[in-house]
Amino acid sequence: MLRLEKRPTPSRFWLYATPVVAVVLTMIVGGILFALMGKNPFEVIRTIFWDPVFGEFAFYLRGQLLVKAGPLILIAIGLALGFRAGIWNIGAEGQYIMGAVVGASVGLAVFPTDNRLIFPVMVLAGAFGGWAWAMIPAILKTRFNTNEILVSLMLVYVAQTILAKAATGFLKNPEGMGFPGSRNFSSYPAAANPELIAGSGLHWGGVTALVTAVLAYILLSRHIAGYQIKLAGQAPRAARFHGVSPTRLVMLCMGLSGALAGLAGLFEVTGPAGQISIDFNTGYGFTAIIVAFLGRLNPLGIVLAGFLMALTYVGGEMASTNLGLPAAAIQVFQGMLLFFLLAVDVLTNYRFRLGAGAASAGAK
Amino acid sequence: MNRRTLLATAALGLSLAFGGGAQAAGMDKVKACFVYVGPIGDGGWTFQHHQGALAVKEKFGDKVEIQYQESVPEGADAERVLTQMALGGCNIIFTTSFGYMDATNAVAAKFPDVKFEHATGFKREHPNVSTYNARFYEGRAVQGTIAGMMTKSNKIGYIGSFPIPEVMNGINSYYLAAKKVNPNVELSVVWAFTWFDPAKEADAAKALIDQGVDVIAAHTDSTAPLAEAAKAGGAVIGFGQASDMEAYKPSPRVSSIIDNWAPYYVERVGALLDGTYEQSDIWAGIAGGEVLIGEITDAVPAEVKAAAEKVRDDIAAGTFHPFTGPIKKQDGSEWLAEGATAPDGDLLGMDFFVEGIKGDIPK
Repeated sequence: MLRLEKRPTPSRFWLYATPVVAVVLTMIVGGILFALMGKNPFEVIRTIFWDPVFGEFAFYLRGQLLVKAGPLILIAIGLALGFRAGIWNIGAEGQYIMGAVVGASVGLAVFPTDNRLIFPVMVLAGAFGGWAWAMIPAILKTRFNTNEILVSLMLVYVAQTILAKAATGFLKNPEGMGFPGSRNFSSYPAAANPELIAGSGLHWGGVTALVTAVLAYILLSRHIAGYQIKLAGQAPRAARFHGVSPTRLVMLCMGLSGALAGLAGLFEVTGPAGQISIDFNTGYGFTAIIVAFLGRLNPLGIVLAGFLMALTYVGGEMASTNLGLPAAAIQVFQGMLLFFLLAVDVLTNYRFRLGAGAASAGAK
Repeated sequence: MNRRTLLATAALGLSLAFGGGAQAAGMDKVKACFVYVGPIGDGGWTFQHHQGALAVKEKFGDKVEIQYQESVPEGADAERVLTQMALGGCNIIFTTSFGYMDATNAVAAKFPDVKFEHATGFKREHPNVSTYNARFYEGRAVQGTIAGMMTKSNKIGYIGSFPIPEVMNGINSYYLAAKKVNPNVELSVVWAFTWFDPAKEADAAKALIDQGVDVIAAHTDSTAPLAEAAKAGGAVIGFGQASDMEAYKPSPRVSSIIDNWAPYYVERVGALLDGTYEQSDIWAGIAGGEVLIGEITDAVPAEVKAAAEKVRDDIAAGTFHPFTGPIKKQDGSEWLAEGATAPDGDLLGMDFFVEGIKGDIPK
C-alpha cells in the first residue's frame, strides 16, 4: 500500500524542484487539454512560453512582460513576508486599489500644478493608502483576534465600491462629459509614471519591484526582523520564548504587504492604466498569491515567478487571439499551475512509502 | 434598410466634422478583429457583438479573416491586446466596450494605417478612430410601457451597471414611459457596478424582488436577472437585454432589446474592402435597425402588446421621441419645455434622473 509519511525535515531538493515539476506538469496536462480542443498543443505551448520572448513581436512583448510582472512581484514580496510568518493577507487586491485611489487623489487634488515633488508625494500617499487599508485587518486581529484572511478579503469588496465611487464621483474627470473615470495621468506629466526607456516597459514600478526584491532578500537573510518572521512561521511557541511579539509581527507584516500593494497600485494607475476607472483592478492582488507560492516565498524566486506568470498572461493572450483559444482555457491553464504546485508541494514535507510499516526511523 | 442614408442622417444629426478621408483604394482581403469585454457565451452584450463578427464572415467569406479576444479587462491590458492585434496584421479593430476608449485612441495613434472602431465612446482623437453606438433608450420606452401596464404592485425595478449617460438614458426613458401609462408607478434602481457578473446581477434582482418589485429591467450583460425572476413563479417579469434571451420565453422574459450590430459590421468591413471607408460616428436606433424589439410574448395581454408595439412603431416612424417635454429633472429644475425633444448632446452627457425617480445617483 502506498502511503504518505511526514519527513522529519522538509526536503531541500523538493523545495526547489516543485515549481519546475509543476510547470512541466501544467504544460503536459494543458497540452492534452488543448489537443482535446482540437488545437496543436505544441503550437499553443510555444505561443505561450516562447513567442513573447523570442517570437516575431518580442520587441514589444518583452516590455509588456515587465509591465505585467512588476506589480505581481511587488505585491507578492509583501505577501511572502507575511505568509512566512503565518500571517495571511489575502486582501492585497483591496490594498492595491486603495493605494491607487489615495495616491491619485493627492495628484489630482493639485492638478494642474507642475512641481517635481508631486510624483514622489503621490508615491508616499499610495504606500500610505495600502498600508492604512491593511491596518484594518491587522488591528482587528491583534485587538479582537479576528481572522485576517476573512477581514482582508472582505475589505477587497469594500475597496472596489470606493473605487467605483472615485471613478463616478470624487475623482471623475470634470472634462469627461459625465463619463466615469478620472483624468488621464498621461496628460499630466508632473504626476505621470511613463516608461523610463521607450519600448522597454520599464517604469518606476518595475524599478521599485526589483529593488524591493533585493531589500527583502537582505531582510530575510541578514536582519533580525527577517529572522523573527521565519521563526514565527516555523515555530510560533519558540518565537514567543525568543521575545518575538506576535502583535508587532502582525502589524509589521500586514503593514509592509499593504504598503507594497499600495505602491503597486499607484505605479499602475499613474503608468500603464493611466487613470482611475471602475474596472481599474484586474486581479494582480490575487494572482500575486500564486506568484508568492510559485516563488517559494523567496524574494528572488518571486522575481522569476512573476515573470513566468506574466508570460502565461501575455502568451495566453497571444494564444487566445492568434489560435482562437477561448479565454477560459487560458484561465484553466493558469489555475493548473497553482494546483500542480500545491499538489507537488506535498513532496517537500511528505514522502511516499510502500507498505504499512510503522517505522519511520532514520533517513531524511 | 439603407445604411448610406443612415450614415448621412446620423452625421447630420450629430453635426460632427470628420477629419478622415476615404481610403484611396480597396483591399483584396481584410483581417477584422474584435475585442470583447465578456465571454462570447454571455448570452447578452458580447454574444451579440460576436454574432455581428460571424455575420461579417458569412457575408464576405474568404475575403475576410476574423480574429477576436474574449474577456479583455478595460485598462492597461486592453492596450496590449490592441497593440498585439495591430502588430498581428489586423486591418480593422472593433473595441466593443466603453472602457476601451482611451486604449483605443492611444493605440490608434501608433498605427495610423489600422482602422479602429470603438463602441459607445465619444473620443475620436485620430482620423483612424470611428465610434458607433445604438439608441438603446428607444427600446427602453417600449419596455417601460409594458412595465407600467403590467405591474400589480406599482413597483418596477432597474438594474443599472454604471451611472454613465448611456445607462441614465435607459433608466429615464423606461421610467417616463411607465409613468405615462401608470401615474402611480414607482421605480427602484439598483447599481451593480459591473457589466458582467452573474452572481452580482442575481443579487441585484433579488434585492429588487424583496422590495416588492414585479417588473425588472437590467442594463447588465448576463441572463442572471431573468433566472432570478423565473424563481418567483410567474409573479415577476423582465426583459431580454442586449440579446433576445429567448430561453426565458414566454415568461419571465416578455420582450427584449436586441442589439443588432451585424449590419454595421458588414457595412464597415465592406467599405474597407471596396475602398469607400471613412471615419464616422454612428448613433442609430429602432429606425435604423440597430435596436430591435424582441417578440412580445403571450404572457402580456393583447392591449399591452398593442400599446408597446405602437410606441415602437411611432419611434421608428419618427413621430414619437421618448424624451418629449415637459420634463423636469429630479431636483425640480426645468429640462425640456412642452413639446420639446431632447437634443442628442443632452442625451450623450446625461447625468441626472428625471423628476419622480427616487434615490440618488452614486457620486
